Amino acid sequence: MTNSIGELEKDADCIFVIGSNTTENHPVIGMKIKQNKLYNGAKLIVADPRRTDLAEIADVYMPHLPGSDVALVNALMNVIISEGLADQTFIEEHTEGYEAMAAIVEKYTPEYVEPITGVPAESIRAAARIYAQSGNAAICYAMGLTQHRTGTDNVKSVCNLAMLTGNIGRPGTGVDPLRGQNNVQGACDMGALPVVYTAYQAVTNEAVRTKFEQAWGVSLPAENGLVLTEVINKAHHGEMKALYVFGENPMMSDPDLQHVEEALEKLDFLVVQDIFLTETAKYADVVLPGACFAEKDGTFSNTERRVQRVRKAVSTPGQARADWEIICEIATRMGYPMSYSGAEEIYEEMRALTPSYAGINYARLEKGGLQWPCPTEEHPGTPFLHKDGNFSRGKGAFTAIDYIPPGEQPDEEYPLILTTGRSLFHYHTGTMTRRASALDAHKPAAELEINPETAAAKGIKDGDMVRISTRRGGLDIKAKVSNIVAPQVVFMTFHFAETAANWLTSSEFLDPVAKIPEYKVSACKVEKI
Amino acid sequence: MITLTINGREIQTPKGSTVLDACQAAGIPIPTLCYDPDLRLAGSCRMCLVEVKGRPLFVASCVAPAENGMVVETESPAIVEARKVTLELLAARHDFNCQVCEKNGDCKFQDYCYQYGIKESRFEDGGRHVYPIDDPNPFLERDYNKCIMCTRCVRACEDITVARAINVKNRGHNAKISTAFDGDLADSPCVFCGQCVMVCPVGALTSKVSAGLGRSYEVDKVLTTCTYCGTGCTLELNVKDDKVVGVTSNRTLEGSPVNKGALCVKGRFGWDFINSPDRLTTPLIKENGEFREASWDEALDLVAKRLGDIKAQHGPDTIAMFSSARVTNEENYLAQKFTRAVLGTNNVDHCARL
Amino acid sequence: MAKEMRIVLRNADQINPEKIEDYLQAGGYKALEKARSMSRQDLIAEVKKSNLRGRGGAGFNAGMKWSFVPEAPVKYVVCNLDEGEPGTYKDRTIVEKDPQRLLEGMAICGHAINSNQGYIYCRGEYPYVVDLLRRAIDQARDNGVLGDFDIEVRMGGGAYVCGEETALIESIEGHRGEPRFKPPFPGVSGLWAKPTVVNNVETFANLPDIVMQGGEWFASIGTPSYPGTKVLTLTGDVVNRIPIEVPTNTTIREVIFEFGGGIRGGKKFKAVQIGGTSGGFIPESLLDTPIDADSMRNIGATLGTGAVLVMDETRDIVDIVTRISKFFEHESCGKCNPCREGTFRAYEIMKKINNGQAAPADLDKLALLSRVMTKACLCGLGQAAPGPILTTMEHFNSEYQARLQI
Ligand SMILES: Cc1cc2nc3c(=O)[nH]c(=O)nc-3n(C[C@H](O)[C@H](O)[C@H](O)COP(=O)(O)O)c2cc1C
Ligand code: SF4
Ligand code: SF4
Ligand code: SF4
Ligand code: SF4
Ligand code: SF4
Repeated sequence: MTNSIGELEKDADCIFVIGSNTTENHPVIGMKIKQNKLYNGAKLIVADPRRTDLAEIADVYMPHLPGSDVALVNALMNVIISEGLADQTFIEEHTEGYEAMAAIVEKYTPEYVEPITGVPAESIRAAARIYAQSGNAAICYAMGLTQHRTGTDNVKSVCNLAMLTGNIGRPGTGVDPLRGQNNVQGACDMGALPVVYTAYQAVTNEAVRTKFEQAWGVSLPAENGLVLTEVINKAHHGEMKALYVFGENPMMSDPDLQHVEEALEKLDFLVVQDIFLTETAKYADVVLPGACFAEKDGTFSNTERRVQRVRKAVSTPGQARADWEIICEIATRMGYPMSYSGAEEIYEEMRALTPSYAGINYARLEKGGLQWPCPTEEHPGTPFLHKDGNFSRGKGAFTAIDYIPPGEQPDEEYPLILTTGRSLFHYHTGTMTRRASALDAHKPAAELEINPETAAAKGIKDGDMVRISTRRGGLDIKAKVSNIVAPQVVFMTFHFAETAANWLTSSEFLDPVAKIPEYKVSACKVEKI
Repeated sequence: MITLTINGREIQTPKGSTVLDACQAAGIPIPTLCYDPDLRLAGSCRMCLVEVKGRPLFVASCVAPAENGMVVETESPAIVEARKVTLELLAARHDFNCQVCEKNGDCKFQDYCYQYGIKESRFEDGGRHVYPIDDPNPFLERDYNKCIMCTRCVRACEDITVARAINVKNRGHNAKISTAFDGDLADSPCVFCGQCVMVCPVGALTSKVSAGLGRSYEVDKVLTTCTYCGTGCTLELNVKDDKVVGVTSNRTLEGSPVNKGALCVKGRFGWDFINSPDRLTTPLIKENGEFREASWDEALDLVAKRLGDIKAQHGPDTIAMFSSARVTNEENYLAQKFTRAVLGTNNVDHCARL
Repeated sequence: MAKEMRIVLRNADQINPEKIEDYLQAGGYKALEKARSMSRQDLIAEVKKSNLRGRGGAGFNAGMKWSFVPEAPVKYVVCNLDEGEPGTYKDRTIVEKDPQRLLEGMAICGHAINSNQGYIYCRGEYPYVVDLLRRAIDQARDNGVLGDFDIEVRMGGGAYVCGEETALIESIEGHRGEPRFKPPFPGVSGLWAKPTVVNNVETFANLPDIVMQGGEWFASIGTPSYPGTKVLTLTGDVVNRIPIEVPTNTTIREVIFEFGGGIRGGKKFKAVQIGGTSGGFIPESLLDTPIDADSMRNIGATLGTGAVLVMDETRDIVDIVTRISKFFEHESCGKCNPCREGTFRAYEIMKKINNGQAAPADLDKLALLSRVMTKACLCGLGQAAPGPILTTMEHFNSEYQARLQI
């Protein structure tokens, strides 16, 4: 997030939520948005294919078709520009590339976009006016915006929108991705990415590499590595030989599970380190029992870049060990001795190499967490980025983006669009929540949400078992007839191994930059069984 | 600043504070049941009453603005008498069974009855309401036989969660907390965040997941960060005998800067996977398609050898590491360091996009 | 011989309440015109000078109340026509006989506090009064006399406590009719958190005359500390069960024996309860007290709404008080502990006494509970509910003693 969670509760005069079912997936943030909307009079705009809880209370709700985000946002910008609502001063002083962007946006009138998005032109106009004319307007998005072949474009589009109206660099403004998992932010910050070390220092940058080589006392590879989906593809081709999976569950979370399964089976060696025997661990050669969050010390970084302490409360069960210890043991046995007295010592080593974390230490975290960038121990942390419109790289760059339809298109055989997501009561691949007794008792199975109109046409009643199929495969699931989805869309969650949604999704269409699969759009059909 | 006299002491308090604020700042304890600084004020329990010179009525200190020159008595005989009567009235409708109550030892009503010496109520002639304890949801127990009608739950549900699942129903002595149609929470807009449990001062609302596992005085509370979504709420793990037995909220801004104690159903009620019998407790090695238990040395040696061999035979870039968006920064740092420095490849990623 | 004096009932039975023309002919809306020619400060000063005190029960100085209203873009004038007090029908009488007078009074208040929106909260049991008022408002609107001041009528939910001004506000807002704590007073933060003046019908109805004839004139009528007239509604064992309007220095004895014509059936007087259900019981020995609010308070009674319930020698005090405590047990909104539980227990003990099952300790318990409720309850309902118990325990103690278990 460029800005802070607390600003959504107090500072934002308008919140534009796109592709985020906030009240279910980031419930406490959802509460703050609702408080601001209902008790402080903030305006709320929601764009989502599903009629979410927030959509119900929104000033303007735009039920856009999955994958039509760029067209929708371009249309919002078209209205803002044509009605003279853009922030000219901000554009001139703090941005570049406006002309090219404006040229592309010109054809995206609300009327032009209406058939693409399914959103009435008047709703688009109303939303554009509210967003542009509120004092401080924030944008929140989540996987609904990113899990598309145009995910990067989608994100850049909303950045365009924020810059166009000067909604950057003040409390209550900004572009706020709501990260799905507790420490996605931290994993990225820590360089668990194939192209960067900690704090996004490029592996291809020689000076950076030298710094790390000196610190770690080894020579380091200079080429970018492979992203997760590429690793799976290479494994499928037999080119990837070994995989060390640490706390992940690709056999549930990755698209096109048949493809993943085949890939895992082709590996020479798979080691899985986890707290449960996950769907993935079942394919492993060696399984190493690790520690859950209650059993270790360390830090997490939340979606607003706030580093907070994780504290050990109990011992690990049986012989399970802290994960850092396990990694150290293997490294040492492979001839690279690693040993630390505890999490704090690892943190200290990291911090010395990580400019944005340099000022954050455990002692300071005792007082409630700090938001990076925090370069020195005197620095108070950074609740919002780009203060006064000053971008880290000089000027904010507009990107001219054309709408590209989703890769998967419905056809006669697969006439509907399946979109996947999360439920309030479960988390990710369900490894933990399916074993949390109350959560599983309350929501023991997935449901397929289907519009009453579509259901009626197929003779499907609420609670009927149906078969949903895509070009990859099919599975049986209980139907939930609900207006929450539009007639051409069906929705299911991906938490349940019994009905793992990713048997249905495709790994064919990836975002060219971020390599994100198109989870949110799969052509499908639904039949009563 | 405002200057007032409380129990004969001259006290300074900032403009805009209440008499209760002034008392608390001065270390003068005032009993409260309905007061909660994070919620809309109710002023309804009448426990915080004080006497103010020149005012004919007792004054509810939680909602009374402090004024210059006020002369306040917080424990005068008349006030103590009023508090006792209020406690006795509540006791008469209360199902006292502290010995088996989840809240025993952490209950404001119990504390005040103790403090004011309420051994029995003089008002117990008529029958009290007997409410069934039958909400089938798996998260929270609703036992309104212990409810003292402070409405903190109603206000938390409305002010913090904005779910508006519960409200006061009926009037007078028949007033009770209920969903719109007096049904189960699951049929209401309830999202099972448990904010109501967090604020309930007595044993009327408690966690079913923690039931019977330990009283507050038996547990240590360890402040940590939620393991689920990216919001990063802080919460307290309640630990008894090296076992997590519950989750409670830290409601200070310092301890809980993101959420100030508010949680969602996963954070508050989704913790018992920690104690799941499915947890992996020993390394496993697959032989002939079946897992068998192994010692750490055996498993670690095997992993080191196989990874080393593959690296030597096929090159470092035929190995990859999937780190995790669920483990700590320290572990992610080590995982990428291990991949780069030990395996010799940049093939490290995690499921940020999934 | 004491005399009636009519201010708020001046036009009663003299004009057709359905015709604004009649009201105009009788000099109606001249006061509003005059008020509007005055500065707001001068108008408030004039009302203060009149020492007009609220006629809804609490008796707060009306001009003073208005003067506390801060500047704000939106403010409201609310008329309390809930009149939930059993035995009271004075507000209904005023409105039925002369609805335009109320509208004019509200508009005067609107000018004084700079508000252009009024609400009349009318008791649910008076649907015909709602209709009458709506017709009156339409006529006033059509006639243009109200200018930019508009009035809406809202129908009450039926609960007695909704007459309490903050519960009334909650009710207009569409919430459960529960009182709010004060401060903030409605004058500062009332309807939809905007500054709001709430006054009783009779209070508003006095305003046209105060504006026309001056505050000094009004202040010289009746008792100086609570000047003017008061509409009383006589009920119970009195010969004339009628509404009357008398100067506030009229004594209770005059009210009952002159205007009321004495006790029915030639029986003897036993007690009178004034001010509604929560009013104190007054014995023969105190009948020479003037009816103004302060004199009444000095004898532990209230003027309240001006209901006068007369009881003859045959009446059973304990039984009556038992029924009164049932009323409060039923009408408690349940928000605060001492009232929600206290009214329930008070009724329980009263039943016990009434049934001859109580011991002396029960009387002590009841007295203690009543004392605490008087000072500890959140709103006037709970504070006043023990009034009948406490005053009868004082003045008619022997009747209680006679009921105790031997
Ligand atoms: C339980 C209760 C019921 C009340 N009912 C009425 C009522 O029916 N009519 C009324 O004018 N005032 C009623 N009041 C008084 C109002 O709260 C308020 O004081 C009054 O409307 C103010 O107007 P006034 O100053 O003109 O009297 C009631 C008060 C209480 C505590
Ligand atoms: S709620 Fe409190 S007083 Fe009541 S039984 Fe439980 S511990 Fe005891
Ligand atoms: S659990 Fe949350 S939503 Fe449900 S009643 Fe309690 S506070 Fe409201
Ligand atoms: S359930 Fe608890 S919080 Fe709610 S009113 Fe009763 S005592 Fe208060
Ligand atoms: S408590 Fe809920 S909202 Fe907060 S971090 Fe955990 S899962 Fe997210
Ligand atoms: S005194 Fe009675 S009526 Fe008034 S707020 Fe308390 S419970 Fe409600």
